[in-house]
Amino acid sequence: MIKELLMLLIGSSLVSNVVLSQFLGLCPFLGVSKKIKTASGMGAAVIFVITLASAVAGVVYKFILTPLHLEYLQTIVFILVIAALVQFVEMFLRKAMPALYQALGVYLPLITTNCAVLGVALTNVQKEYGIGTGIVNGFGTAVGFTIAIVILAGLRERMEYNDFPGPIKGQPAVLLTAGLMAIAFCGFSGLL
Amino acid sequence: MNKVSERLVNGIVKENPTFVLALGMCPTLAVTTSAINGLGMGLTTTVVLTLSNLIISLLRKVIPNRVRIPAFIVIVASFVTMVQLLLQAYLPSLNSALGVYIPLIVVNCIILGRAESYAYHNPPIPSFFDGVGMGLGFSIALTLIGMLRELLGAGELFGARVMPASFVPINIFIMAPGAFFVVAALTAVMNVVKEKMAAKGKDVSKFGNGCGSECASCELACGSRKAEFAAAEKAPEKSVDRADAKAPVTETPKEETQTLEAQEKKPETDNKEKGEEK
Repeated sequence: MIKELLMLLIGSSLVSNVVLSQFLGLCPFLGVSKKIKTASGMGAAVIFVITLASAVAGVVYKFILTPLHLEYLQTIVFILVIAALVQFVEMFLRKAMPALYQALGVYLPLITTNCAVLGVALTNVQKEYGIGTGIVNGFGTAVGFTIAIVILAGLRERMEYNDFPGPIKGQPAVLLTAGLMAIAFCGFSGLL
Repeated sequence: MNKVSERLVNGIVKENPTFVLALGMCPTLAVTTSAINGLGMGLTTTVVLTLSNLIISLLRKVIPNRVRIPAFIVIVASFVTMVQLLLQAYLPSLNSALGVYIPLIVVNCIILGRAESYAYHNPPIPSFFDGVGMGLGFSIALTLIGMLRELLGAGELFGARVMPASFVPINIFIMAPGAFFVVAALTAVMNVVKEKMAAKGKDVSKFGNGCGSECASCELACGSRKAEFAAAEKAPEKSVDRADAKAPVTETPKEETQTLEAQEKKPETDNKEKGEEK
């Protein structure tokens, strides 16, 4: 059991990396990766929200949607649950843990419409993971996101003063870097 | 009727969601492994976009301003669910090829973006055709990118072999890294076109950096928080100065954040203009 969960963790974080092989959560990946510090803040917030969201979505699916035979409403229910969850987490952190709120607060609303969160909740249902397995999968996916965004931020800090030819400057250069990273992450496919 | 054709041309050419506005990059990268997948995704999005634009426009006087975004999301999610059930029933092969990306149409920034910037401020008929135009623009773009990737990566077009037998397919183009390379090339071409147009004195304000411009395009996610976010972007720069003090960081990043702020403000003013137009 432990071994299976470990395999799942490696699989979801490295082998099928959420950004570099599934293209979920590209907006924050490209948008918030200018500085390592903001990137790691975003990564921490994503780990927090995705883990929590996969737990809540798993519970809602198993104890509300399945008994009522409303499985087909999963998309609507999950997106609303995630949006509400992010709001609640934000309010709770502001009241209860101001230090954590300082660190993550700004990034939380950015995550509401992040497709990675909804993507993980839906994948958990599609692959028929239980609640526990779903949480592990969510955590692994979010760790994969953090690894990718922090590496990209590091590369972008190094690239910032490089002299790229005119049209490639800016966005295309970042996309090319991401493509090279994706090639590197293809190497992990031999791991499992 | 003039308005109708204007909306169609606007969506397909002038404000093409992929080539000009650079919105909805996640599905653009993910499902364009073949032309047929690109086309399928484009048409599915078109259906959802058109119907949600129509309904949001019909309900625009009923939906209170403060809860408009949850309301949009519920409307869009309902249509996505319907379309997904229809695909499962009638086109199961397309449904399994697109997989999780079908329900993820809910968070496609093109749909929420059009709802927010057009359908919520305009009457139903133009909104309907705005959806059709934008959707077709998106479909055409995805099909073209899919054709390019399929041609280079598999030597085929719509599943039929077109390249000579001596052509060795460059597999990487239908794998994940290829998506990044193709879109990087696309954005580079866009930059050239933008520069040329700017040199001729044409208006290039519509050209977006899409998802890369600090989430400016997904105003829904961060609209109310832009100021806070800009502050957070500024703050860490001070600490970075300390990290690599040898580099001449002190001046350039400040200019950068200013231009970023300017970029972030742009979409808002665009919306206002659109609201006033009608």
